[in-house]
Amino acid sequence: MAKVLIIGGGGAGLVSALSAHEAGAEVIVLSKTLPTRSQTSMAQGGMNAVLGGDDTIAHHIDDTLRSSAGLGDEKQISFMCENAPDAVRWCNSMGLPFSRDESGKIARRRLGGASAPRACYAQDYTGLKLLHTLYDQCLKAGITFINERFLLNLIIDEETNRVLGATFLDIASGEAEEIRADAVILATGGYGAIYGKHSTNSVHSSGDGLAAAIRAGAKLADLEFIQFHPTALKNSSILISESARGAGGYLLNSDKARFTDELAPRDVVARAIHKEMTKSGAVYLDIRHLGEEFINHELPQERKLAQIYEGIDPVHELIPIKPAAHYSMGGIEVNAQCMSSVSGLFAVGECANHKTHGANRLGGNSLLELVVFGRHCGKNATEFGAKNPVPALENQQLAKDTNFIHGVMYFTNQIDFYQKQEMLANIFYNNVGLVREDMGLKAVLGAIRQMQKELPFMGPKDKSKICNTNLVEFIEFGNKIELAEIIVVCAISRSESRGAHYRGDIPARNDVMFGAHTITWREDGVLCADFIR
Amino acid sequence: MTILVQRSNQEEPQSYNVDLEGVTLLACLNHIKTKIDPTLTYSHGCRSGVCGSCAVRVNGHEHLMCEYKPNEGDTIEPIQNIRVIRDLVVDSSQLERFNTVASAWSEKSREGNVSEEEMSRIQTQSDCILCASCASACPVYAVNPDFIGPFALTRVWRYVHDVRETSSDAKIAAVQINGIWDCTLCGECVPVCPQNIAPAQDIRMLRSKSGMMGYQDPTMASMFGGGLDFGAPMF
Repeated sequence: MAKVLIIGGGGAGLVSALSAHEAGAEVIVLSKTLPTRSQTSMAQGGMNAVLGGDDTIAHHIDDTLRSSAGLGDEKQISFMCENAPDAVRWCNSMGLPFSRDESGKIARRRLGGASAPRACYAQDYTGLKLLHTLYDQCLKAGITFINERFLLNLIIDEETNRVLGATFLDIASGEAEEIRADAVILATGGYGAIYGKHSTNSVHSSGDGLAAAIRAGAKLADLEFIQFHPTALKNSSILISESARGAGGYLLNSDKARFTDELAPRDVVARAIHKEMTKSGAVYLDIRHLGEEFINHELPQERKLAQIYEGIDPVHELIPIKPAAHYSMGGIEVNAQCMSSVSGLFAVGECANHKTHGANRLGGNSLLELVVFGRHCGKNATEFGAKNPVPALENQQLAKDTNFIHGVMYFTNQIDFYQKQEMLANIFYNNVGLVREDMGLKAVLGAIRQMQKELPFMGPKDKSKICNTNLVEFIEFGNKIELAEIIVVCAISRSESRGAHYRGDIPARNDVMFGAHTITWREDGVLCADFIR
Repeated sequence: MTILVQRSNQEEPQSYNVDLEGVTLLACLNHIKTKIDPTLTYSHGCRSGVCGSCAVRVNGHEHLMCEYKPNEGDTIEPIQNIRVIRDLVVDSSQLERFNTVASAWSEKSREGNVSEEEMSRIQTQSDCILCASCASACPVYAVNPDFIGPFALTRVWRYVHDVRETSSDAKIAAVQINGIWDCTLCGECVPVCPQNIAPAQDIRMLRSKSGMMGYQDPTMASMFGGGLDFGAPMF
């Protein structure tokens, strides 16, 4: 029986776990937290699927392809869209409580960039209810969960470029440990937390899986593409779902006038808001005309959060908003089987780049992606593991990582990493955000390289072995600056504007030079980047 | 503003002075951790009330730190009836254990149309974020640490009451021991739920469903002594 190790307990990890279990694997899921606390719980809008009516799968493919701005792979997108109706049926068969329309069918709403209402949803809790339904099914299947484990590194046999397992920090005990497996699936989510308080993401979205993957010799793709959600609360960057605009919400400038098509794709709306904010200082979301009953029924979270974080009631008042970093289109480079450039190492969901979102993701396609590709990936990893059992090889990774966990306590602590982390978030939002320019990007790259040199002068101040979250946050910070460098190098190299990557100094798209994926990897520690079609 | 935090390495709560106003308790603790005391340990994630990581007790009442605005002199403690790992961090494996014992999952959910009204019956129960506030407030754990508890029983009712569910017999059977009959229906779990779920009410519904399926309250049965049943299983 193949042993499949899944790292990450969000939607993509749990779907892969169920799929690998069904394919006959022994499955272990390792997670930084309790699985139900993952980023997936925050997804609100819905899951796209064509379920009849006037809509067609061809339209879903067209919309996704158009939004991807030339970087979507038509085969991958077709695979996702064609499997979407079955993905929704599968979720329904596990008990996901989809909202219903008047005739009793699964209700659908229109999200930005979609030519028809096709996002199946469960109020504004689609991600939460999907994640909990999956978790319940995993418990039913008897899948082994090992929680509160922080991924340190993948264990690689360099001679054969084969993954052997991974090393972890047991957060509660403070010990490093290793788990070997026939196949490893990374389902560790995105890297939006680099933007800190300017991101809608959970604080844990620090890109740990991507950082471990590139250290292990895997390739990453298109890291410069980070989606900014148009409507986050101004002070806290807490997400106000696109369904607020889908239902007819307006965007107003400081003169209380509308200034853009609210349902254009996210990159277009976000840049329009950015421009308006630069001009007049403030932008608001207005949902007052939708009425209290509708807001309570369809947008209850939004109402509560606006009251807590902005001190306003959206039923009667305008919601102050700004765009915030929301989704990482870039990820670990994978093939159609979800396998990375390292043999036996798979990746799925937001941490992977399945080439379905390209340069800009459509709302409702991320939950869909994690279900469709999660099912595919779990099965493929099981088949790989059964055919290619992992060899029992000696490896120094655990010894190295154990040394690191001990050694990091002796870092000098003359520089406060929390301060640097906040600075990184601010310079990223301002220079690697919605509008980028060569000069600003290069300045950020300089600052990141300085931080990398300064790491030994930072380190955790808390010296406790037991449950040291200061240590965990320091390693997360290390992962963030590892990825930050790559993101900025990609953004500098891509001298054009496309989808979410908008260069103020080069606003035109250039298909001849850059109609290709930005592939990055390390060779003998040196970061390499190339555009590959 | 002064807030007091009960930490695991000291008897008395530690006092912190925080110069912030109008922000959430989570924002205060983030400020303390990054600016004052990096050893202060707690769990958090989404900061928007949906990941269920940050439940604590404030002056003896359960709150999510990301939804609570602190007042001068507030005392913060970890939630109860669960093992504390460090400071405000608790061992979440208990949540997995109780949901598993209770068979809190769908056996098989049928396809086909379901009315809005039928679907809305399980809407509130399926809003649960597994923050364990309800278990923290529950007095039954003092006498029965194996009590399946409010969140898992609500989850069972959520599946039993789902019109799409094809079989709920096993679930009802799973909650007879250390389950619905151990609850005192005191209702302490209701006001502490950040999602406005009423587990006590769901447990009442599970009792009534169990009754219809022929199960009896074992505490009632034993009150008759059980020695002389005169051929009837129960009066």
